Amino acid sequence: MKSLSTRRRHPLAAFVVLVLALGFAGTLFAAFVSPASANADSGNTSAQAIANGKALYETSCSSCHGMNGEGSSYGPSLVGSGSAAVDFQVSTGRMPAQQPGAQIQKKAVLYTQAQIDEMAAYIQSLGGGPVVPSQSQYSVNDSMVQLGGVLFRTNCSQCHNFAGEGGVLTDGKFAPELTQTSPKAMYEAMLTGPQNMPQFPNTVLPSAEKQAIISYIVSTRDEANYGGAGLGRIGPTSEGLFIWTFGLIALLLFAVWIAAHTTKASAERVAQAAAKKGGK
Amino acid sequence: MSTSTAGEEIVPTTLGGKAADYLDQRLGIAGAAKKNLRKIFPDHWSFMLGEVCLYSFIILLLSGIFLTLFFTPSMGDVTYNGSYTPLDGIRMSEAYASTLNLSFDVRGGLLMRQIHHWAALVFVMGIMVHMLRVFFTGAFRKPRELNWIIGFGLFTLALAEGFCGYSLPDDLLSGTGLRIMQGLVLSIPIVGTYISFFLFGGQFPGHDIVPRLFTIHILLVPGLILGLITAHLILVFYQKHTQWAGPGRNDKNVVGLPLMPVYMAKAGGFFFVVFGFIALLGGLVSINPIWVYGPYVPNQITAGSQPDFYIGFFEGALRMMPNVEFNFWGHTLSLNVLVPFAVVPGILFGGIALYPFIEAWITGDKREHHILDRPRNMPTRTALGVAGITFYGVGWLNGGNDLIAIRFNLSVESITWVCRFLIILGPIFAFWLTRRICFGLQRRDRDKVLHGAESGIITRSPEGAFSEVHTPLSQGELHKLTAHDVHRPLTLTEVTDANGVPAPNLRRAKLRAKATQWYFGQRVEKPTAEEYHESITSGHH
Repeated sequence: MKSLSTRRRHPLAAFVVLVLALGFAGTLFAAFVSPASANADSGNTSAQAIANGKALYETSCSSCHGMNGEGSSYGPSLVGSGSAAVDFQVSTGRMPAQQPGAQIQKKAVLYTQAQIDEMAAYIQSLGGGPVVPSQSQYSVNDSMVQLGGVLFRTNCSQCHNFAGEGGVLTDGKFAPELTQTSPKAMYEAMLTGPQNMPQFPNTVLPSAEKQAIISYIVSTRDEANYGGAGLGRIGPTSEGLFIWTFGLIALLLFAVWIAAHTTKASAERVAQAAAKKGGK
Repeated sequence: MSTSTAGEEIVPTTLGGKAADYLDQRLGIAGAAKKNLRKIFPDHWSFMLGEVCLYSFIILLLSGIFLTLFFTPSMGDVTYNGSYTPLDGIRMSEAYASTLNLSFDVRGGLLMRQIHHWAALVFVMGIMVHMLRVFFTGAFRKPRELNWIIGFGLFTLALAEGFCGYSLPDDLLSGTGLRIMQGLVLSIPIVGTYISFFLFGGQFPGHDIVPRLFTIHILLVPGLILGLITAHLILVFYQKHTQWAGPGRNDKNVVGLPLMPVYMAKAGGFFFVVFGFIALLGGLVSINPIWVYGPYVPNQITAGSQPDFYIGFFEGALRMMPNVEFNFWGHTLSLNVLVPFAVVPGILFGGIALYPFIEAWITGDKREHHILDRPRNMPTRTALGVAGITFYGVGWLNGGNDLIAIRFNLSVESITWVCRFLIILGPIFAFWLTRRICFGLQRRDRDKVLHGAESGIITRSPEGAFSEVHTPLSQGELHKLTAHDVHRPLTLTEVTDANGVPAPNLRRAKLRAKATQWYFGQRVEKPTAEEYHESITSGHH
């Protein structure tokens, strides 16, 4: 006890207390307030699923999207958005939104896939819309990579970058990087056009072409960097940064090293002069 | 080794001696070698920056020759069937296909490509750093103004050479760069359209541009660069190298080590260090992975399209310029492109090229200089240089505004607006700040001369006062700190003659007096001999 009381005026004591308090508050929050605990029995029937989904919707979505998905000044109407949109937004952690802003950011996923399916079923019941794709629609097909590359460079790379590293849009909006995105989420994004992304319905980009694009992205993002360290795969900018930091410093060190090494004779002369001066 | 008595001819015995004797008897090289091999070069790391450029250029020539053996400079349409499967069966130009083959199917090809490209970045970076060294130390002053101009020519040629080089593979990024270049050409009033059609042999992109760039890249510009480098080095040799102030050094001598054997070894060793370093980069760090970008198709584009770093300033200026465009009589004057492409770089590059002459005119200094200035001793020049760096740096930064925005979660418009203000205010602030720092450093030098260096030893007097012991500087140190001139502004001597007639060129003289007042008006005097002796005798150490 004595040791604790002697340390209470330690400069870091305040931070320790703060961390403990935050940890305590966070634990309480996680235990009692987290929406994940807003439990609903997983229904077997679709009617049950819709009812469960509605309950989840009312808890976490309705404050912005309205009690019946009609939308409000805080969020758009979800009538006709379809289950694919719900699955994309919630399973990537974008919804429920953390805060309004130029664009809704990704964060930790709050719901289980079963709960997401229930919410998706509820929204689907409101007015139809694009449905969640089946696995065969978005699975990687190695024979479609080449076609996918052409389609990717024609339709996607102007925002998402040649290597899917993401790109900037106006006023703080952005096209996210595709380096981790699941094939299913990519398919749903193309289908529903979330946030600032244009919609690519099947009438514009047939399902097979979507699959080709996904095949290209997945196969090339796992590809080795054949030239060595990839430097973030963002092209000449990181190469320039690399040469002006690492390259310049290394070359300057070499120059200093070589210039500092003089001949034995002149080194001796310098040493003699120093000894003479020291002797005085 | 060779036995020689009076009157007897020296007969070389070693193989090297025999070879040298053979050449001497036919070419008379002994005289030239005797003189030039003992040429003295001063020792300082900053004098090796130019060597980096020379060596990287040699590496560029060697690796470039390898690349020409496999590269096909043609826009001819082919279907790719090489090793890189994600592009299998895709239609592309022969230039792009041959670059892919060079990267994936030619043994050592990718390594050579990467060595070539890294060497190019080192070449341009080396030139920039070397130019800054020459600028800040005043090495461009008489008699070296013309060599500065040659160096400036090399700099602009290097930019052009680099641009042509990375446009050759005809990948998505290089095609985008060419498209922007075409836009710049189109913005030239009246003749822009004609020049564009002439350059591309018709509509963009056409079939002519890659073969033309190839000839420019492997013959025309390298030839010019090689010629200018030769002239540059001959002048360095002829005018001798500059040196830092120090004991025994003056404007009439060069103190250093001889070319043979010391600098032969140092420079030769440094070449291998630079070559090894660039080869290591080429082997370990990816550069310009064109297979990731895909072939150029005019209707495709990628986010984060960026040029190589040395074009970044132009890119940034283009992105920064507000949208100003005029339409009259069916013609468009695109100032939004013309200003960042021609006017702003014109001022910046013109200023760089002409600076030695501008400074000589302002200071009225017509003497020869072989002793370098410490940057702090020329505060206005140093401040101008830093202001220039800031101007260039802000433009460069804005060239990557999209990548900065995405990496740091910012709005790209905000960055652009900040840069629009910074490119004006930044250099002004940098100028002011640098001058203050230079004056401060000069004052510290003055204190050091008068009061010696701080020893870190604190003594306490019998009365209880604390004071730090200052140790006097060595004669060599004192010389280094006081070798510079303190320049004074020029004054108008005669405004009118005896009859009240204004002096000829009065206006220009007045302008010059003003300029030199701005340049040298504020200064820190170095200690006079009296001040020094007084401080020594009074014991204020």
